[in-house]
Amino acid sequence: MEIIEITEQNFEKEVLNSDIPVLVDFWATWCGPCRMQAPIIDELAGEVSGVKFAKLNVDENGSLAQQYRVMSIPTLIVFKEGKVVASAVGLQSKGAVKEMIGV
Amino acid sequence: MYDVAIIGSGPAGLSAALYTSRANLKTLVIGKDRGALEKADRIENYFGMAEPISGCELVENTRTQARNLGVELIEDEIFHISWENGFQLEGKEGAYEANAVLLATGTGRQTVKLKGIQELEGKGVSYCAICDAFFYRGRQVAILGNGEYALHEMSQLLPVVQSAVLLTNGEPLKVQAPEGVQVIETSLASVDGQEYVEGVTFTDGTSLAVDGVFIAMGSAGAAELARKAGAMINGRHIQVNEGMETNIPGLYAAGDCIGGLLQISTAVGEGAKAAMSMIKFVRTVQKSS
Ligand SMILES: Cc1cc2nc3c(=O)[nH]c(=O)nc-3n(C[C@H](O)[C@H](O)[C@H](O)COP(=O)(O)OP(=O)(O)OC[C@H]3O[C@@H](n4cnc5c(N)ncnc54)[C@H](O)[C@@H]3O)c2cc1C
Repeated sequence: MEIIEITEQNFEKEVLNSDIPVLVDFWATWCGPCRMQAPIIDELAGEVSGVKFAKLNVDENGSLAQQYRVMSIPTLIVFKEGKVVASAVGLQSKGAVKEMIGV
Repeated sequence: MYDVAIIGSGPAGLSAALYTSRANLKTLVIGKDRGALEKADRIENYFGMAEPISGCELVENTRTQARNLGVELIEDEIFHISWENGFQLEGKEGAYEANAVLLATGTGRQTVKLKGIQELEGKGVSYCAICDAFFYRGRQVAILGNGEYALHEMSQLLPVVQSAVLLTNGEPLKVQAPEGVQVIETSLASVDGQEYVEGVTFTDGTSLAVDGVFIAMGSAGAAELARKAGAMINGRHIQVNEGMETNIPGLYAAGDCIGGLLQISTAVGEGAKAAMSMIKFVRTVQKSS
């Protein structure tokens, strides 16, 4: 599946109102670990179905980062029916991300 | 630009340097002190020790051996690693660039054990000022540390935060704090907060309200450097494969910082393995440029 770019405009539609669980990768261009997280998420997006994979640039969408109290990146948050069901701070291995999304 | 930069001039780092230098790679070794062997009086269990020698002597001998083979050795403390077309290292004395980097910093001794730190990691407790400063704009933060590394972390925070305090947790302050920065040398009892950091409590019962606590005690250890670059770590140890490669292409780790036996023999062996991988990596980079 393709990775969806989340913005303040599409957050409600793509994340909160999604029919399937959504994993959101909070990242920024200046964050080294985020650059290592991205290929892991890309890989999973190609392998796992039934979960939406998304990324959110905290520089451009500061209010969402603030709303979800993101204080360190990379942060991964899994949303299910509009609610946060799992979150992890810092670079996560492929296995750890799989566990978060329950596959 | 160096072909190879090695952070750590102990057995792992120097062993790797002997190989990369002999393979004609421009090699830099950066160390801040003599590492774990400084305090080892007698080495009796290492190959070739007909008569035991001290750890210091062993390191000095190998430093001379490395210099004779063309390795550049310098004293500096590295605070940060980033990568963009090669690696950039930021130290107290200067900045360095290399195509491949080996982390051979030994075991980070100073892990801060305080109530609340682990629970609040990523919720106000941070190990990387440059990574997380953004989230503390206009807030009050504390930096836990007493040396150059703490000042480096503070310099990343001061331009954006409302106020910063330096907490030495009972240790003597080894550096001059920037003007206007409050220093508290009282030992800490805990980092407090229900869901997010709200403050810290000292052993004398007093407390201080802060939104963030940045950990920078002592110097940057392998785990801190690795974490900032984006290398996978497992507890305090850097994760590597058999070729001593981390998950970042061109970044390697060897010796005590990857865990295991914690002996000179293993550190030297791992350094050699890392060197082989680095030689291969640098040759590929050279060919493609
Ligand atoms: C008291 C004592 C006795 C020991 N006795 C023995 C023994 O008899 N036999 C044996 O096999 N092993 C012994 N060991 C263990 C052995 O010393 C270690 O396993 C070995 O030194 C590990 O090598 P290393 O290169 O990984 O790390 P180290 O030797 O610890 O070297 C780390 C290097 O990294 C540098 N460094 C760290 N952080 C930074 C930074 N931010 N910037 C720049 N440089 C940095 C340090 O200055 C140092 O040069 C002993 C250890 C101790 C403490």
